[in-house]
Amino acid sequence: MQKETCYHCGADCNSGTIYFDDKPFCCNGCKTVYEILNQNELTCYYDFEQAPGTIPAEIKGKYDYLDNEEIADKLIEFNDGSTSVVNFYIPSIHCSSCIWVLENLDRLNKGVKTTLVNFPKKEIRITFKNEETSLKDIVELITSIGYEPFISLEDSEGKKAKIDRTLLYQVALAGFAFGNIMMLSFPEYFEVDEFWLNKYKPFFRFLMFAFSVPVVVYSAKDYLISAYKGLKHNILNIDVPISLGILVLFTRSTYEIISQTGPGYFDSLTGLIFFLLLGKVFQQRTYNFLSFERDYKSYFPIAITKINKDNSHVSIPVHEIEKGDRLLIRNEEIIPVDGIMINGDALLDYSFVTGESMPVTKISGDKVFAGGKQTSGAIEIEVLQSVTQSYLTQLWSNDIFSKNNTKNIKNITDSISKYFTIIILFIALFAGVYWFFIDKTIAFQVVSAVLIIACPCALALSAPFALGNMLRIFGKNKFYLKNTNVIEDISRINTLVFDKTGTITTNKGSKISYEGEHLNDLEIESIKSVLRSSNHPLSRMLYEHLPKTELMEVKNFKEILGKGIQGSVNDLDIQLGSASYMDIDPEILLSTFTYIKVNNKLKGKYIFNNEYREGLKESFQKLSKNYGLSILSGDNAGEKQNLEHLLPENSQLLFNQKPEDKLNFIKKLQEKENNVMMLGDGLNDAGALAQSNVGIAISENINVFSPACDGILDAEEFKNLPNYINLSKKSMSVIKISFGLSFLYNIIGMLFAVSGNLSPIVAAILMPLSSISVVTFVTLSTNFISKKTLNS
Amino acid sequence: MNILFMLIIISLFIAIIFFIIFVRSVKTGQYDDVYSPSVRMLFEDEIVKDENVDDNKTNSK
Repeated sequence: MQKETCYHCGADCNSGTIYFDDKPFCCNGCKTVYEILNQNELTCYYDFEQAPGTIPAEIKGKYDYLDNEEIADKLIEFNDGSTSVVNFYIPSIHCSSCIWVLENLDRLNKGVKTTLVNFPKKEIRITFKNEETSLKDIVELITSIGYEPFISLEDSEGKKAKIDRTLLYQVALAGFAFGNIMMLSFPEYFEVDEFWLNKYKPFFRFLMFAFSVPVVVYSAKDYLISAYKGLKHNILNIDVPISLGILVLFTRSTYEIISQTGPGYFDSLTGLIFFLLLGKVFQQRTYNFLSFERDYKSYFPIAITKINKDNSHVSIPVHEIEKGDRLLIRNEEIIPVDGIMINGDALLDYSFVTGESMPVTKISGDKVFAGGKQTSGAIEIEVLQSVTQSYLTQLWSNDIFSKNNTKNIKNITDSISKYFTIIILFIALFAGVYWFFIDKTIAFQVVSAVLIIACPCALALSAPFALGNMLRIFGKNKFYLKNTNVIEDISRINTLVFDKTGTITTNKGSKISYEGEHLNDLEIESIKSVLRSSNHPLSRMLYEHLPKTELMEVKNFKEILGKGIQGSVNDLDIQLGSASYMDIDPEILLSTFTYIKVNNKLKGKYIFNNEYREGLKESFQKLSKNYGLSILSGDNAGEKQNLEHLLPENSQLLFNQKPEDKLNFIKKLQEKENNVMMLGDGLNDAGALAQSNVGIAISENINVFSPACDGILDAEEFKNLPNYINLSKKSMSVIKISFGLSFLYNIIGMLFAVSGNLSPIVAAILMPLSSISVVTFVTLSTNFISKKTLNS
Repeated sequence: MNILFMLIIISLFIAIIFFIIFVRSVKTGQYDDVYSPSVRMLFEDEIVKDENVDDNKTNSK
């Protein structure tokens, strides 16, 4: 049979293909989306890209809470009574068809006025008329066509900060002034003695002065402020010599044009500020689609359904949940609080919390913890703890989260600038005193020339360009860092701590092995046929694992939630399920089992083992040479033996670690003067990630949730981790070499300055030349080392 | 010679106007999303084409 793929989402259509309009669909959901689009003449959606859609999620009742005005108000950005504006984050936006269909939303709902998609941020901005539609209608509409917005508790807490565009204005202003001043000072460079040039000299010079005032006051203000703050705290950061240079340049130039002794150095001044700001821009690489600040709030729901005493349902904001409330958790909803199961069968997916991909079964009377996602039907729970008191969320009351990222380590440029500043002040003083005795008139000139030429433009540019370029290279290799400081932090680490589940094991799929009596082809065929009817994650995994066969008709299929499935195929009675379902004494549960019974006879069991990431052993071997390694696991010691095989001998292995234990473990390492890199993936690692010097989140899909961290590493590239650390170290060496280069320029300039020969044209040539050559050097060499390291 | 004076003033004036226009375009968020507009630009035609196709359909009936 020819394999057909869904016209809407591109997934393989198994035997349950639905045909509509002569097109194949994998499920009813996809067909419905096509129908909606077809009715509204939006089928063009399918012309831009092949199979662009996503399967729509089940939503019945899920968004009822948007009718609650208090909650809706928190989401709506602007409301003037007749029109409202709302902004949603939609993770499933991925291609141009998405933009097209979402921006034609007004065809599907007449109340929508305009929609605007921001593709890099995966955001949509919808303006709608309050009278004709409601927030709930819109959310349900976009969800029904496969674009479910991501609404979390975080959205209810204040509006997002405005984008800061100051730097862009500063660069624009500096560049604008630099260009104009260059042009105006051109005649001065060549000292042409023409009548009309001489006549306009004062006018030209005044214009240059006028252009540079806003540059100093506005574009350079961050340097001046930072230098002032540094001095106040007795720190000589790199901004001190820069500010000194800027101020001396400005005052001396102003003095020169007022006293009509020369044209001043306005071109060098504005050029210097322009280049410095360019370095800042280059350093600022933001990944719009990633967030490094997420905590449990961006994962938890904003509202939940409460069941009143009279059994009526009401939506309440999560903050208002109180102990003793009864809550209804629908399929695919997240449990926001700790509670006790009252009703229904829970199959909870804790993968966001622990990284464990296998869902946990809970029955009434069991305790459930906050953070689990219900995956089969609706359940009822009774609340034991409010949101902030719950087992998981308590972690965020730890000090580490209230400290506002004060990892106050001086960066490499600042640590060198201390000596630099002292040295140039000495040279300036020495030269000043020397010339004072020789020729008093030029002593002032020489001192100011020394301070001007010492302005560490090239020095200040080398680190931003080297690290900014590295940030880009890492980004291309799917290692996304929050900012350039993280690279410096990585180069300093000497200890690595790994979380186990989800970090060094894969999230999707596990290794499945079979133990027991041999199964013949017919039996395997029958088992696979039975499995097809079940939606349990284990069934689906096993279904994928078994070899492809013809599928048979299943009779008397029965699924007992949380226990197992049964059915008869080819006159064989097949039973699959847990030990309790099979009436066998449960073995010590160190991994997950599924038992098989054929015709009521126990045949054997399938074992689901954690699968470790590709290249794990090699990576550990490489890392263990230079770094201390530890593994923290929230699970029991079931995998201990397997892990010991993988790990080098001197590494630590700890099991049954609570979120707080992980945090404290890192703290203790740091107290012993270690620089720790923590690698984790779930919310339970959030504390450890925040405490560590460098917290890296491992993610299988960078678009979905990852906890607050300094960097996000795509799970595929895990094997490259030793290379990345190595590369960070090498890029620091590149910076050190480039420092040497820029010192060389400073020395050359200093020779001009001390001898009293620094003419404006020398300054105007030397400053850009040194900056450009240093920038070129660091960019080329970082490209070179990354090519060498990553390809080896 | 005053013409030179005039010309410089005028040229600076124009340059400053362009600078202000640039700042305004940044301020209104034109540079916040530099990808979507490039795709959006191609859509306008598609919608028209879509409607034309529908017209043809109704005509042929």
